[in-house]
Amino acid sequence: MATVKELQFKLISPAMVKKIAVMNVNVSDVYDADAYPVEGGVMDPKLGVIDPGMRCRTCGGKLGECTGHFGYIELSRPVINILYIKQIKSLLTYTCFECGGLLVDKDRLKNIKTFDDLKAFKPAAKCPKCGKAQEKIRLDKPSTFVRGKHALTPVEIREQFEKIKDGDLAAMKFLGGRPEWLILTLLLVPPITTRPSITLETGDRSEDDLTHKIVDIIRINKRLADNLEIGAPDFILEDLWELLQYHVSTFFNNELSGVPPARHRSGRALKTLSQRLKTKDGRFRHNLTGKRVNFSARTVVSPDPNISVNDVGVPEVIAKELTVPIKVTKHNLEFMRELVKNGPNVHPGANYVIRPEGMRKKILKDNSATLAEELIPGCIVERHMMDGDVVLFNRQPSLHRMSVMAHHVRVMNGKTFRVNLCVCKPYNADFDGDEMNLHFPQTAEARAEAEELMLVEKNMRSPRFGGPVLGCDQDYISGAYLLTRKGTSFSKKDVVQMLANSLALENEIAEELLSQNKKEYTGKEIFSMVLPKGLNARYKGTVGCEECEGNCKHNGEVVIENGILKHGVIDSKGIASFKGNVLDAVDAQFGHARARLFLDQVTRLISEVMMRKGFSISVQDIDLPAKTKRDINNIIDRQFAAMEAHIEQYRKGKMECFPGRTAEQTLEDLILEEVWKITNEVQKVVRENAEPTDALIMAKTGARGNIQNLAYMAALIGQEMIGGRRIFRGYKNRTTSHFPRDVLGPDAHGFVRSSFIQGLTPAEFFFEVMKGREGLMDVALKTKVSGYMQRRLINALQDLKVNNDWTVKDSEGTIIQFVPGEDGIDPAKSDFGTLDRKLKTE
Amino acid sequence: MAEKQNSNFFPPKYADAIVGLSAKEQEAIKKKYESMKFEVGEAIGVVAAQSISEPATQTTLRSYHAEGRTQLVTTKGLPRLIEIFDARKMPKTPTMEIYLDAENNTLEKAREIAAKIRETKLKQLISEDSLDMINMRAEIVLDREQMSASETNVEEIMNILKKNLRSANITGEQNKIYIELKKKDFDVRELQATRIKARTIYIKGIKGISQIIIEKVKNDWVIRTLGSSLRRVLKIKGVNTIRTTSNNIFEVADVLGIEAARNAIVKETIDTMREQGVDTDIRHLLLVADVMTNTASISAIGRYGLAGRKASVLSRANFEETVKHLTYAAVAGEIDPLESVIENIIVGNLAPIGTGIVKLAVKEDEADGKK
Repeated sequence: MATVKELQFKLISPAMVKKIAVMNVNVSDVYDADAYPVEGGVMDPKLGVIDPGMRCRTCGGKLGECTGHFGYIELSRPVINILYIKQIKSLLTYTCFECGGLLVDKDRLKNIKTFDDLKAFKPAAKCPKCGKAQEKIRLDKPSTFVRGKHALTPVEIREQFEKIKDGDLAAMKFLGGRPEWLILTLLLVPPITTRPSITLETGDRSEDDLTHKIVDIIRINKRLADNLEIGAPDFILEDLWELLQYHVSTFFNNELSGVPPARHRSGRALKTLSQRLKTKDGRFRHNLTGKRVNFSARTVVSPDPNISVNDVGVPEVIAKELTVPIKVTKHNLEFMRELVKNGPNVHPGANYVIRPEGMRKKILKDNSATLAEELIPGCIVERHMMDGDVVLFNRQPSLHRMSVMAHHVRVMNGKTFRVNLCVCKPYNADFDGDEMNLHFPQTAEARAEAEELMLVEKNMRSPRFGGPVLGCDQDYISGAYLLTRKGTSFSKKDVVQMLANSLALENEIAEELLSQNKKEYTGKEIFSMVLPKGLNARYKGTVGCEECEGNCKHNGEVVIENGILKHGVIDSKGIASFKGNVLDAVDAQFGHARARLFLDQVTRLISEVMMRKGFSISVQDIDLPAKTKRDINNIIDRQFAAMEAHIEQYRKGKMECFPGRTAEQTLEDLILEEVWKITNEVQKVVRENAEPTDALIMAKTGARGNIQNLAYMAALIGQEMIGGRRIFRGYKNRTTSHFPRDVLGPDAHGFVRSSFIQGLTPAEFFFEVMKGREGLMDVALKTKVSGYMQRRLINALQDLKVNNDWTVKDSEGTIIQFVPGEDGIDPAKSDFGTLDRKLKTE
Repeated sequence: MAEKQNSNFFPPKYADAIVGLSAKEQEAIKKKYESMKFEVGEAIGVVAAQSISEPATQTTLRSYHAEGRTQLVTTKGLPRLIEIFDARKMPKTPTMEIYLDAENNTLEKAREIAAKIRETKLKQLISEDSLDMINMRAEIVLDREQMSASETNVEEIMNILKKNLRSANITGEQNKIYIELKKKDFDVRELQATRIKARTIYIKGIKGISQIIIEKVKNDWVIRTLGSSLRRVLKIKGVNTIRTTSNNIFEVADVLGIEAARNAIVKETIDTMREQGVDTDIRHLLLVADVMTNTASISAIGRYGLAGRKASVLSRANFEETVKHLTYAAVAGEIDPLESVIENIIVGNLAPIGTGIVKLAVKEDEADGKK
């Protein structure tokens, strides 16, 4: 493959302009009466082709072959290149206007690294060479230089620059060419292909912004030339010269400070050269760093609990569109014939055949049979995507490397991508309309790399913290709890059916346990059947021991020995993403592939459990007993009284202030303290008194929601806060008109005494909505800020890699770390960031 | 190659930890270590950057929510992270954590030091002050208790006032201070202005330390301050100079050196993230800190720091200030060596990172099956 070795940036000389340009562009008309491009105009066909079927007048190439050719404009008077305004100023300041000599001692410049470093020096007041006294240079924005009191013309500047010696330039680290080239005498006109015109539906042509600008330059240039010829008065010439400078300046950059941007007829500012490169949708970030790709697809994702985490379900329509080139050999000849025969419309088919001599033939319904017949080893068949192919799957925003992972294809009915629920976490996907992208690697190398490095199971452990990112969520957690808690059992018939549906019947432990031929199997035994034999794990779950009534000999730990769940229930600490200990143990002890298999089987098993047990909540589930409700009211009343007491103190002026806080602040602190007491105590009451319903199971196991959410529904919502304070905004001295002025009590400042079951009063509802709005704004604002932080971080660190000698170096070759991560451990392969969590370090 | 060169390397931290284990266990641990080592080519920087910013985007890194009793209100969450990476000369809320020497680890000593370092202004020592319209002077009554708490007296205060208010005569009796203007015909408003100015005059302590909280953390008395001046605090007798820290990274670099600043960056970032409940491996933050302090001064993550110094023109142009970098490169006749990632993506080469650093060589006759 041809590669670019290096890239040098230089200034372009007038001689070079003449050399690369194919014509002098000097006619301001674009098209003649017959709508043909005018010869010598900006759309002259010598400058390239943009219409299909036309040929370039310079090179004879067709559209797509000819990349276009430059033209030039001979400027009647030289103008400054506005992009180099700073450099021009430096040159004027640091060289003598008389002899072009350096105004700084050459020896002192020895250590400067860049032209910019020149600014650290003070230019001599007298030229050391010719002794001429120097005057101060001032830049009169936008582009006029003033020496002392005399305004310099570009001609004068050019003359001075011509006198600067090459050696002096080298000393100043001005190495890109001659300084006089910064003053333009010839203007390079970009090829038509860089500024194509668009033909509108009405047949009218709409020219590119750059074309408009070039036309302006030619027109003014002509006028200036004419006026020069007839010997017009100086002030007219000067005006025209300035106008020419303006047009050339805005051609380079149309967002100059102090210069009104050149506008389109509609009033829109023109997008000229600088604007084309800059910012997010400029050439660099939009077209060079980010490129559009072929062999990709995008559609809505939906869940499929029956496919593996490694798989992705691809709709047949997409599979028929995305192809991969496969070389025909004598080994696969028959198979390839079959595919070619099927053609583009039958699924495992093919769309193109490339003959060994390079002829590319589209497979159609009526030529598929002949093409299949003619197929020989050495042909390349572009066959459809098929089951088992490796593809890259991605969901934006791609915030970490698990946002792109490789999956195996499963072609399916329907029009959505199907994904296993356990990969939702790393992609941060849900199914409320999320779309995802799919890419089909085209070469064997790419496919091998994808499979070996990017496959879902190989990204199981997050490089962020060294724990699992794949894992179960929501109902899978509740289901695991229902299965493994005390008292759950199923008949052997059920167990066999469940395991068969989970594709786990042949597991070693399953076979062992089933051969015991028990009538009933406990949930713990059933769960063990999907565990690998030999697995050992001990950890504390979120639920804790519910079995031993006080004196648990296992300290409330979950214990797995030799693949058998001995004690404890499986909850979010067992199999959820980020914290799943069982998942982590399987991965650490048996490898990624076994962990993936475990995940596949355990999720299907739990689905079977949930189908047999059922799981739902209703309003009754979150209703509290009458006594509990009274208790909660008592807590609230007590705390309200406490708050009133504080307010009373404050009103009397007897507040004892906290150090460094005013009386008002102290009062707020105290009130909030009392409010927190309500929240905490009510939470405790709810936890202790809530009925053991499915809602509570979800909160307890960490499947979804928490006790606080239950409290919101059943007991009370509590204090609404905005910006970390109680709510004060609203009308004069009060939040809403429901309250008298200057009241400091809880109700008037966002305390919501009701629960969602009771329903909120209008004022409470309003406070709740205020908090909700703050949350929305927070998210909207924060994503921007953190997005930019990510961009900056990536930019600063992207060049760092582990080198062959195991050092970490930056792009300049400076060593950043001698051993990556100080101890050489890759967090993505570590035990939660350590060599072994059991090892005591520090 | 890397495997060979580093086959004997074993992190000292773990070498210490496995002392005392049986030879077999040690062998197992060493083998485990081999399986956990960084692969050559790993894009360690990008992974670090993602590991820091992904949770920042994902979770709502809340910047408030202080439960219960008031603490010092400091910048937290995302704003604090950005502040650190921006390498701001002065954080929004500079704070110190002052620990005491073993022999001075008492509440009394902590209070004593706190009183010493706290910035005291005149208004904090005043029990009453008023304008005496008859004598045309300001009258300030000082609070004895406050004065003794701050270890100062009327005379000292008068001397400070005399130094700071040149336009006024300062006289005093007992715990009263009178301020009279020197010039003859003046407006009451001028007197009032002088009085207000007097109130804000700095008397004692370390400038900028506006709030102090003394806490017991495990067995230690800790003085937390709002406002920071490591240099002066470390000189105070009884302060534990090893454990006392500031969250102002520039100050740490200034007083304790760049290595300390590097550790401060790690500590500050990881504390900020952990406080928000985000679990990020410390290695990622070590890398960021190493990059930021690599040049022996603290450089920011952003256009004026690291990104602006890169060797590659295209990489710089791609980030920010595109036109500036391109024009500059032309004048300097710069050569982009195309040695790292973005430049190569731009020109369409394979990026030299990860599997991109590996060159595959195939013996053609073998590949064709001829041998």
